[in-house]
Amino acid sequence: MAKLTFKEELCKGCGLCVNACPKKILTLSKTKLNAKGHAPVECEKPEECIGCASCAIMCPDCVITVER
Amino acid sequence: MTVVFEKPKALTDAVLHYCPGCTHGIVHRLVAEAIDELGIEGRTIGIAPVGCAVMAYDYFACDMIEASHGRAPAVATGVKRSMPENIVFTYQGDGDLASIGLCETVSTAARGENITIIFINNAIYGMTGGQMAPTSLLGQVTQTSPYGRDPKTQGYPINICELLSSLDAPAYLERVTVNSVAHVRQAKKAIKKAFQNQVEGKGFSLVEVLSACPTNWGMTPQKALEWIDEKMIPRYPLGVYRDKED
Repeated sequence: MAKLTFKEELCKGCGLCVNACPKKILTLSKTKLNAKGHAPVECEKPEECIGCASCAIMCPDCVITVER
Repeated sequence: MTVVFEKPKALTDAVLHYCPGCTHGIVHRLVAEAIDELGIEGRTIGIAPVGCAVMAYDYFACDMIEASHGRAPAVATGVKRSMPENIVFTYQGDGDLASIGLCETVSTAARGENITIIFINNAIYGMTGGQMAPTSLLGQVTQTSPYGRDPKTQGYPINICELLSSLDAPAYLERVTVNSVAHVRQAKKAIKKAFQNQVEGKGFSLVEVLSACPTNWGMTPQKALEWIDEKMIPRYPLGVYRDKED
């Protein structure tokens, strides 16, 4: 069981984390924008996260904290 | 549950001004992780360049000095010689290090100053809007090479690691990239080693990081990472170009 926490306001919606995720469970939000106008990253299936931190390693903006 | 990944302490809470998908942010984090892991934050002094990373002084939690364009290795030399107990690093782009600052880069390397240089090579001038850099690839379209870089009039790209490896003094030269998780891990190792070398007094260490500039390359962030694999690595092979063990 792993837990992802997103600092949404820092996200620029570049999507590098979405491509890095081996479980393909991340997506850019289709329903909200942050204060800077970017669609922030979301986890669609949190229960499937394995806590590998690949997303956080590829994130240029330190948006993601990973706990395991 | 324990935290397995979070923002390193050697980065401030300032929001990075870089474009979406710019890999400067990844390299900033790797430098900060190296500072954290070596426990040197209190005695580290960074030298910021001119270029996209000009505001690096806001992002690193250690003391920072802003050098004039290309002169970061000269400033670092002065700081290190006057305060040899401090850990001194420069963080420079290709316009800064390989163009206007090439003299300082080569001279500092030739003297073997005991400093650490993090060199971001993204094959273009980012901050000024995508002009041709000394590291731009042959055929690469930029604002100032609209028909592609032509060696007849614009010369050939400069491979900094190979150039500096012809000198006697440098202790450590490695080229890495940050376009995949595996490559980021390798880059982390190289950057940490470059700082460790300075702590041990081994001398001049430079890590060249092939970096993406999605905005000025005119690509999506993901496509830009693939472009590094397809175009940049064939011209700039990854690997260790110098590693003096003693």
